[in-house]
Amino acid sequence: MAPEFVKVGKYNIDAKEYLAEGHTFCTGCGEALAIRLVCKALGENTIISMATGCDEVCSSPLPVTSWRLPWMHTLFENASAGVSGMEAGLKAMMRKGKVPERDIKFVAMGGDGGTSDIGLQSLSGALERGHDFLYVCWDNEAYMNTGIQRSSATPYGAATTTAPAGKLSMGQNTQKKNMVEICAAHDIPYVATACPSYPFDLMNKIKKGSEVKGPAYVHVLTPCPTGWRTPSNFTIEIGKLAVETGIFPLYEIENGHYRFTVTPNTLKPVEQYLKAQGRFRHLSPGEIAKIQKHVDEGYATLKAKMAAFPAA
Amino acid sequence: MSKRVVLEASHAVAEAVKMADVDLIAAYPITPQTHIPERLAEMVADGDLDAAYVPVESEHSAMSAVLGAAAVGARSFTTTAGQGLELMHEAVYVASSHRYPIVMAVCNRALSSPISIWCDHSDIMSCRDTSWIQVFCLNNQESFDMTIWAFRVAEDPDVMFPIMVNLDGFTLSHVTEPLELPDQADVDKYIPKYNYRLALKPEAPSSHGCFGLPEIYTEVKLAQEFALRASRPIIDKGWEEMSAMFGRSYKAIETYKGEGAKTLVVTMGSLGETAKMVVDQKREQGEAVGHLNIRLWRPFPFADFRDAVKGVETLVVLDRAISFGGPGGPVASELRSALYDVENKPKIVGFIGGLGGREIDAETFAYMIDRGNEIAKSGSDYLYEPILVRGLDTGTGVRG
Repeated sequence: MAPEFVKVGKYNIDAKEYLAEGHTFCTGCGEALAIRLVCKALGENTIISMATGCDEVCSSPLPVTSWRLPWMHTLFENASAGVSGMEAGLKAMMRKGKVPERDIKFVAMGGDGGTSDIGLQSLSGALERGHDFLYVCWDNEAYMNTGIQRSSATPYGAATTTAPAGKLSMGQNTQKKNMVEICAAHDIPYVATACPSYPFDLMNKIKKGSEVKGPAYVHVLTPCPTGWRTPSNFTIEIGKLAVETGIFPLYEIENGHYRFTVTPNTLKPVEQYLKAQGRFRHLSPGEIAKIQKHVDEGYATLKAKMAAFPAA
Repeated sequence: MSKRVVLEASHAVAEAVKMADVDLIAAYPITPQTHIPERLAEMVADGDLDAAYVPVESEHSAMSAVLGAAAVGARSFTTTAGQGLELMHEAVYVASSHRYPIVMAVCNRALSSPISIWCDHSDIMSCRDTSWIQVFCLNNQESFDMTIWAFRVAEDPDVMFPIMVNLDGFTLSHVTEPLELPDQADVDKYIPKYNYRLALKPEAPSSHGCFGLPEIYTEVKLAQEFALRASRPIIDKGWEEMSAMFGRSYKAIETYKGEGAKTLVVTMGSLGETAKMVVDQKREQGEAVGHLNIRLWRPFPFADFRDAVKGVETLVVLDRAISFGGPGGPVASELRSALYDVENKPKIVGFIGGLGGREIDAETFAYMIDRGNEIAKSGSDYLYEPILVRGLDTGTGVRG
């Protein structure tokens, strides 16, 4: 029988800090907060493979490091291939008696570009091969580390430096790539969305994803004051608004069964979320109405899936 | 007791990887490398080799997976060729920069376009400056020997660099011939147990692959450069131990009938065997001709090379890659540079041939030696002469 799942909560949280102070993340960075919480949920028996991005640059300026967990960064697109080698290699060494048997959590981390664009092939390969690992995507919805360039995770209507709003353009004119469904289509045991504005929800999903046997994927929305053009003390609020408007629903897919983990009573108008951010300030009422329609349709589709494949 | 067996060179490499008791193999199929991963997958499937076989979705992921495995201290192997080496290129640099002792067999193949699955050295030349130790094999025995040697040397605490073992695609990788396989016990003695001090482990967390600001990048890279050059004594020690244990001796620069030779024909890779045959013929005809084999390409053995060519008048160098718009074939250029400050140095005559699997036979070697001696006397304003090119008159070259 599988051991009982022990939830993270107010009275059950790892007091250790695995991301040491002194890092160079921006003030109010949603990603830094998410990393801190995620590492607490993972605990010390963890090995991390990280893609190039804000997370790697801001946490490891030689000759110092903020990592109190064993950590490797090599390149941009290969965090999943790297973790594949760690997992398969260390397990082979355990089997051969070269190192003692123990339970290690193998975790790959990458930004939305490193996950949904350049790293998609490597991620798909690792999910398909069934390595026992957790992939965590920090989604701040653009290439923030290189200066706010659009990615396939940038939402419709957002202005970025490579999809700017202009006389002939309203910014990003494509819809956000659905990484959750792409990963779920690999038939892996656990897929979820999360946001550091809901810290215990995030930590419990990370814990669940890291404890399940086989691949797991958690997609974390990490508000970015620099790229979203929001005040640095507004990070938690904007994350909440993303969930409350239905733009970023919090849910999980366990062995194909869907469940909302945070359920707003009624969804707020998307305008509240969009108007709070500089990246959307150019949008006309017509464009906002279009986004509202798209969100409503997406939410209805998700609810239909919840009904069709409900969690036990 | 060692045993005499008949194996394809690719299978000899796989046998060496098995006897080295690797923990992880990650590979992606590409002609002409396929027989190596196929054989290893078979060994794992049959329980003859206890290792993880990770069938990755690209060569980039092959190298990335062995990076991960090496980071946790696993003995790791990968293998590729041509386009595969190009696709994994950026990860190749990371392996050496992280000082992971990965071993990779490369079945040398031409580069696109036009697409060619056949042998030349264009692929490996793009890896010249990647800070990997790089050796070339001439035959099946060497393919086995260089592979176990690679594990012995790469993992030495005074080395800790990855090693590429180069086999000419098809003309060596697919050749079947007899070789000696040593006892497992002797291989176990030859390759000591590996314990990676900086392996990623929770009880002693370390960070691999940090961010290098301008204040520190130069120092990091120079440390790597010094370390690679300092690995040379262990490279030689690995061959000396091999000689003592298995009775076969190898050197960074090897000469054949070099005694009293006025002309040396220089090759890297399996064509050396044909060249040696031609040297025998020339010697019988009374010509003072020998052969020089470059076994170790990086770190380049400058002193050994200069010693080996003392008193020689002409070096006839065959390159199997073009340095487009450059100073001549990459090997010939390297040798010219090595001899630039030497007094009474031999003349270097460069030929380029054997591209994309074009055959170079004994007759062609005989021609190159004769033509090389002629050019050495008459002088030439060509950077090099390409050989056996349709539509190009014999004796026509490429000007700088």
